[in-house]
Amino acid sequence: MKLAEIVEELDLKVRTGDGALEREVTGGYASDLMSDVIAHAATGHVWVTLQIHQNVVAVASLKELAGIVLVNGREPEEATVERAESENIPIMVSPLTAFDVIGRLYGLGVTGSTD
Amino acid sequence: MITKTQELVYEMKVDQVMTRDVVTVRPETPMSRLREVFREKRISGAPVVEDERLVGIISVEDFIEWLHAREENSVVGSKMTTDVDFLFGDEPLVHAVSRFADSGFGRFAVVDRTSGKLVGVITKGDIVAGLLKKLEIDYHEEEVHRDRASRILDDILAVGTTLCFQYEVEGRNFDRGGESSSRIKRALKGLGLDPDMVRRVAIAAYEAEMNLIVFTDGGSIAVRVERGRITVEVTDSGPGIADIEKALQPGFSTAPQWVRDLGFGAGMGLYNIRNCSDDLIIESAPGEGTQLTITFLMGDESEAG
Repeated sequence: MKLAEIVEELDLKVRTGDGALEREVTGGYASDLMSDVIAHAATGHVWVTLQIHQNVVAVASLKELAGIVLVNGREPEEATVERAESENIPIMVSPLTAFDVIGRLYGLGVTGSTD
Repeated sequence: MITKTQELVYEMKVDQVMTRDVVTVRPETPMSRLREVFREKRISGAPVVEDERLVGIISVEDFIEWLHAREENSVVGSKMTTDVDFLFGDEPLVHAVSRFADSGFGRFAVVDRTSGKLVGVITKGDIVAGLLKKLEIDYHEEEVHRDRASRILDDILAVGTTLCFQYEVEGRNFDRGGESSSRIKRALKGLGLDPDMVRRVAIAAYEAEMNLIVFTDGGSIAVRVERGRITVEVTDSGPGIADIEKALQPGFSTAPQWVRDLGFGAGMGLYNIRNCSDDLIIESAPGEGTQLTITFLMGDESEAG
């Protein structure tokens, strides 16, 4: 499934990286701990988090994730937006809680399995 | 300084540029046949060969002389120039160039030095064409080489060279978190290393970098790339680790709450580093700083994933 379809289905607002929405999403991971994401997320995953500081971009870039979904209506910090644009990492926001966002993603077939 | 062309003129040999497919005539060939030979092959002269050996050379001028003299039944052998100037195949091109300049001849026969047999003919045109071709090949090889610049390690590793790069990490500055590890990742990628290897080193570098930022006033990350392995050395003069065994356990963290609120201090840093590397050595004591030596082995030797 492409990131663009997820944006459409979950009615996400795209804050950065709208040129990279054709990326294929291979699964998802949810965590607010950087090292945990580094240890367990896989390439191509969409990452659900409430962290909005620029280190989320560093982690997403490092792990080559498809994109980041911020929950609870949280907006990325200015520095995060700048860094995400320069690294071409899509950041999308949703007013829903992490629980609901993840539930809907799962309903679309985006799972946490890493094959 | 000498130019590339001048260098080639000394380097290349006559037999590298000469024409091997030579039209020859025999001493007993009738002069009347020459008109056909010259016209058909579009040449203005031909070596005269007997038993593969060069015995003379016959040119259009000789042919015209013969026509002018109106001698009917002559053979090439009686009209040819027997005092033939020739070059040996193994002579450097520079000899040929000076012989052309001195003699004013349009061509030289080329003879094999050991067998004495005629092996070809060389003209000024052959020299120019040969040099151009060689220059083109050299240029092409240079192009290919430039393409391979990203694979520079293939060449360097062959002679056992070590490539080092070092980064300074500013302590307590979360805004620059991941900066050094991003640069390391880009540098290793640029060297054309295996993507999986690059990812593993980048992960370890990131965790080490964040440790420097969270716990110390700064430190350095040095990456050493050599045959079959990459070593990352992380050095700081921070608080040091009291219990290294404990620090390696997943979930164990001494990070303050505000750091945890940012999503760091999950107690996974050293654990992640150990997991993605082939070897992790921690040297540390309270108040004496910390030194990590992280080793990654390339290809089959690696056991980490």
